[in-house]
Amino acid sequence: MRLLEICFREAAMQIQLNGEPSHFDDEPTLAQLVDSLGLSGRRIAIEVNEEIVPRSLHAQTRLRDGDSVEIVHAIGGG
Amino acid sequence: MTQSIQDAPLIVAGRRFASRLLVGTGKYRDFEETAAAIDASAADVVTFAVRRTNLGQNPDEPNLLDAISPSRYTLLPNTAGCYTAKDAVRTCKLARELLDGHNLVKLEVLGDDKTLYPNVVETLAAAETLVNDGFDVMVYTSDDPIVAKELERRGCCAVMPLGSLIGSGNGLLNPATLALILEHAEVPVLVDAGIGTASDAALAMEMGCDGVLMNSAIAHARHPVMMAHAMRKAVEAGREAFLAERMPRRQSASPSSPFAGRING
Repeated sequence: MRLLEICFREAAMQIQLNGEPSHFDDEPTLAQLVDSLGLSGRRIAIEVNEEIVPRSLHAQTRLRDGDSVEIVHAIGGG
Repeated sequence: MTQSIQDAPLIVAGRRFASRLLVGTGKYRDFEETAAAIDASAADVVTFAVRRTNLGQNPDEPNLLDAISPSRYTLLPNTAGCYTAKDAVRTCKLARELLDGHNLVKLEVLGDDKTLYPNVVETLAAAETLVNDGFDVMVYTSDDPIVAKELERRGCCAVMPLGSLIGSGNGLLNPATLALILEHAEVPVLVDAGIGTASDAALAMEMGCDGVLMNSAIAHARHPVMMAHAMRKAVEAGREAFLAERMPRRQSASPSSPFAGRING
């Protein structure tokens, strides 16, 4: 039972992604996250835990359990 | 003698713009209409908002920045929807990342969602933080001449008082306070919010405003592209009328045709 709990804890990583909980088996990089969302090459900006992560650092920035990620884009506004 | 009607460009934070009409991209039916209206307006500066990307929905959905090219227009990200200085600063930083380091922003920090009136306390705090972080800040504010001056002191590159409430189309409700702002400002003053129709824009320009920013007046007209063109002409006409310096008002009549030589004289 205890072993199961440990396995479960290690397997499941949870982040907040645009305000919603999101689960991963491992700790993806931001580039992998963007790719998995089908957003590669799109004009987006990302902040992790309220800090901007520049595009040039997406490939080397690994997400950790509990991180809060915001992915934004441009929409119509005045 | 031919008189020059050559106008100087609008200069904001060292950037030169031929058009003094700035337009938003909200409330249009689709990006095609957005692009057509903005083209008809001849605006150089185009505002947009920053929002969470819809995840897991249609990743191929069209993007505003495909319709409104950053290479053709100077994009002006806004902080609409922010109610605190902190959120506004975060939004500006996201916009700067989105636009590869472009640092011109429209700061607006709202007080409540019913009036969308600016919260000047939070606006002043955000302005200071953003200027210190290297942003060029065009700031939406109330039509209070003291607040306008305080924003200027904090390094804002343009002060943008409301004509009336955002999206109301009520025009310039308080020209007297706008005149006070214009009298004392040393940075460009643009009316942002409240424009309803062409005469509102013309009046702002006739008073000496450096520009006008609008969205709903164009997007919510029955024919947005035609209204965009009308606004272009209104801003140009108002500007030229300002430069031409209008005739003095007088209480008595003054005939335009000479008295001398009348057949009944």
